[in-house]
Amino acid sequence: MIEGLLTDLDVVRKDFPILARVLSDSDGIGQPLVYLDSANTSQKPQVVIDTMVDHLEHHNANIARAMHQLGAESTAAYEGARDRVAAFIGAPNRDEVVFLKNASEALNLAANTLAWPGERQVGPGDEVLISEMEHHSNIVPWQLLCERTGATLRWFGITDDGHLDLSNVDALITERTKVVSLVWVSNMLGTVNPIGDIARRAHDVGAIVVVDASQAAPQLPIDLAAMTDEERPDLLAFTGHKAVGPTGIGVLWGRRSVLDQLPPFLGGGEMIETVTMERSTYAPIPHKFEAGTPPIVEAVGLGAAVDYLSVLGMDHVHRHEQAITAYALEGLQTVPGLTVLGPLDVRERGGAISFEIAGVHPHDVATVLDTRGIAVRAGHHCAKPAHQRFGVQSSTRMSSYLYTTPAEIDALVEGLEYTRRYFRLD
Amino acid sequence: MTTNLDSLYQEIILDHYKNPHHQGLREPFEAEVHHVNPTCGDEVTLRVHLTDSPGGTHVEDVSYDALGCSISQASASVLSDLVIGKPVMDAMAIHDEFLAMMQGKGRVEPDEEVLEDGIAFAGVAKFPARIKCALLSWMAWKDATLSAVQPVQPLEQKEEAK
Repeated sequence: MIEGLLTDLDVVRKDFPILARVLSDSDGIGQPLVYLDSANTSQKPQVVIDTMVDHLEHHNANIARAMHQLGAESTAAYEGARDRVAAFIGAPNRDEVVFLKNASEALNLAANTLAWPGERQVGPGDEVLISEMEHHSNIVPWQLLCERTGATLRWFGITDDGHLDLSNVDALITERTKVVSLVWVSNMLGTVNPIGDIARRAHDVGAIVVVDASQAAPQLPIDLAAMTDEERPDLLAFTGHKAVGPTGIGVLWGRRSVLDQLPPFLGGGEMIETVTMERSTYAPIPHKFEAGTPPIVEAVGLGAAVDYLSVLGMDHVHRHEQAITAYALEGLQTVPGLTVLGPLDVRERGGAISFEIAGVHPHDVATVLDTRGIAVRAGHHCAKPAHQRFGVQSSTRMSSYLYTTPAEIDALVEGLEYTRRYFRLD
Repeated sequence: MTTNLDSLYQEIILDHYKNPHHQGLREPFEAEVHHVNPTCGDEVTLRVHLTDSPGGTHVEDVSYDALGCSISQASASVLSDLVIGKPVMDAMAIHDEFLAMMQGKGRVEPDEEVLEDGIAFAGVAKFPARIKCALLSWMAWKDATLSAVQPVQPLEQKEEAK
């Protein structure tokens, strides 16, 4: 028995109907699904599915503008979801939670609005600091910001063991730094970054601190209100679908003071206070950033998702992830020719483990595993610079979650050994 | 018994993957292209060298440097085997036959006379995620060949005008 696993893991797995799926190969032999691609998207518990169906069946109406009973119910469900998400991340104020399409849109909102005139406008001579281990969604928006404003993009490197290279932090965080945008937990290397320390340094020079929490929010207990003011980020982005919620809904949490300083992102319905033909004034946050009819049922689904995680307890979810990741690291390293990219100490990492196997390309690994019912990701995982840093074009990635069992890790390790034999590496 | 996996990874494919033919970048060449499969990151740099002979323009050489999976690597190897030494028109016909097979969802019966080792890729057509792997170098070859052929024509026209 491995310590730290969720109690009643069998019962928890029954909450996820898809985990009962049996995939068949061309011989019609059933292969039970082994889903190890949760960093890509997580599976959904029945309660999320049911909540969304119930909303569509019984409460569907537009929000905030429909003056009928259904409109009131729908608005209450949508705003209730905001309360739930605020509680999930310990937001100091529920109005600081902005619903968007995904984490990419949240990061683009930040990078886009910082280009426009305002108290926080970025301009020539200013610097934007990111890192080499970012997902493309936390690289490209900042490249666009720099191209549009004449600011300079700088970045932290990565050490050989997969950590942020902080040796030149004093040269990177300077009076010129206006934005520091960093991933909390790397989707490729798994590395957990010292967000608080870096936020403190960035705040010392007056920079805005943006955190990509796409992989952190599903795995780590987050309590923004409990962080010290210096260590608390200014903006934090994550997506619903990696945290047992649906696709199409993401979250941008931001300090009220910062969100108030940023100009609107998209213009349209619901984000206004009043409109004349000459000009408009804007609604207070969060509505200022929620133009148009939002993804209502998706937000309601996310509300149910974070409630589900809170009932399990994020401390327990995190402990489970750590236990499974430690077991997986141990198992993977028994496979000859396998190299893990990223930290090997489970305390320094999250549940996504990217690796290479000498002599077999990741796509071939993924295809062979797939015929055994094992779903992993192969490719660059939207982190090409991080792969380049390690001199590889692509990697295979397994990513576990709260429903992953040690037996599934055993199946992966067996599958990898089979893959090596199949490609005649023994 | 042919399992799904064996229909994808035919012996021929694994052989070409382990020992690719015509690999490496060579001179001379009239066109060089670099193609990328953005979803998976596979890359190929491919050169074509064409020569004019009495029978028309021939594919004298295809040389390449490819990074990618067994399917994309083996495909580049088979492609070079099939087109080197052929008239460009015949090589294009082979390209069309290969493309039709790959886009045929596994229902197109390939012509072994035309495709030779290329028929080993028939099974790949049943794996939607892998079709692009098999086509990467073929697309690159067509692109390079067309750009190598095109500048030749205006030159000839100029000479005729003289």
